[in-house]
Amino acid sequence: MKNSSSPYVVTFVICLLLWLLLTASFAADELISGVIISLVVSIISAPKMKILNGLRLHLGFFLGLLSYLWYFFMALIKANFDLAKRVVSKDMKLHPDVVEIKTTMQSDLGKLFLANSITLTPGTLTVDVVGDSLLVHWIDVPKNSDINTSTQLIVAKFEKYLKGFLK
Amino acid sequence: MHFIGDLFILFGAVFIFLGAVGLIRMPDVYNRIQVGTKGVTLGAIGILFGLFLIHPLWWSKLLVILGFTLLTSPVSSSAISRAFYRSGIKVWHKKEDDIKDSEGEVKVSDNKEKDS
Amino acid sequence: MTFIEIIAMLLIGMSALIGLYRLIFGPTNPDRIVATDALNLIASVVLVLLALFFDSVLYLDVALVYAVLSFVGMIALARVIESKADDSSKEQEES
Repeated sequence: MKNSSSPYVVTFVICLLLWLLLTASFAADELISGVIISLVVSIISAPKMKILNGLRLHLGFFLGLLSYLWYFFMALIKANFDLAKRVVSKDMKLHPDVVEIKTTMQSDLGKLFLANSITLTPGTLTVDVVGDSLLVHWIDVPKNSDINTSTQLIVAKFEKYLKGFLK
Repeated sequence: MHFIGDLFILFGAVFIFLGAVGLIRMPDVYNRIQVGTKGVTLGAIGILFGLFLIHPLWWSKLLVILGFTLLTSPVSSSAISRAFYRSGIKVWHKKEDDIKDSEGEVKVSDNKEKDS
Repeated sequence: MTFIEIIAMLLIGMSALIGLYRLIFGPTNPDRIVATDALNLIASVVLVLLALFFDSVLYLDVALVYAVLSFVGMIALARVIESKADDSSKEQEES
């Protein structure tokens, strides 16, 4: 039962949350119209929202989300200081190449979040996702790197945090 | 509080500026995508946070804009880079070892002219 | 409008000019697309700052809609480039 109804509930909660954030009021009429609209939208669109199956709905969901967001912001700020150093210095220490890495995330949503995190962290940019492997453009590839070491360097820590709330 | 918010806005503006400078200085398309996306995204986050400190009552809309920016800006840059990669644009390589570091700048400008 | 905000606005204006340089004189077309991507985000940041300067929350809505539309436009552009690439590779295989 839980499997069949959970996409509807998740879509409804997301729609209602977005409505509340955008109207920023708890007046009765706006709240009622928001509930009705989110209900209609979730009934229509939930069967097609297969991407939401990647969510792991359990008790530690918000804790996992928050710890991931914290780590992500730290990585983003580190990435930008690294980038600033590169842009200001005379030779930019560029050894760019496209490397391939393996991911253990199974759902599409997990891959989406992983690709976003890779794009916003130091010197890496997701170029393509094919099945289980991601093509990553790396701005400064270390010498003698193969698929295992680059997987370790780029995605290992992110996957640890993402596994907290995604499949 | 207004002053701290101003500082965050300045922080964001500096990173947007660095991203734009990187857009000029980087040698090939993929590096430019990286620098543009990262610099401008962190700049947008800084400015939104500074605005939140100045006007705390606007938090809900600022949060929506922040979430949307964080979710979509990497997606759009990834989509563009995938399109470039599939249409066969090559990755720029520095000729290793036979160029000293001080000549890196010369090499970069050479490569730009070859592109055009 | 304080002094720091004016400096921040100047920096953002300069980065928009740099992006425009890349947009107009960019050596190849992909460079122009990348510049458009960065300029879209800069424009929506400027709209957010206008909300601060004119002290009106309406500009935040404008910034949100601008961000949504620019995202849709970039995705459409990427799709067009990709389909063209697929077509040309098919033609090469046939010929």
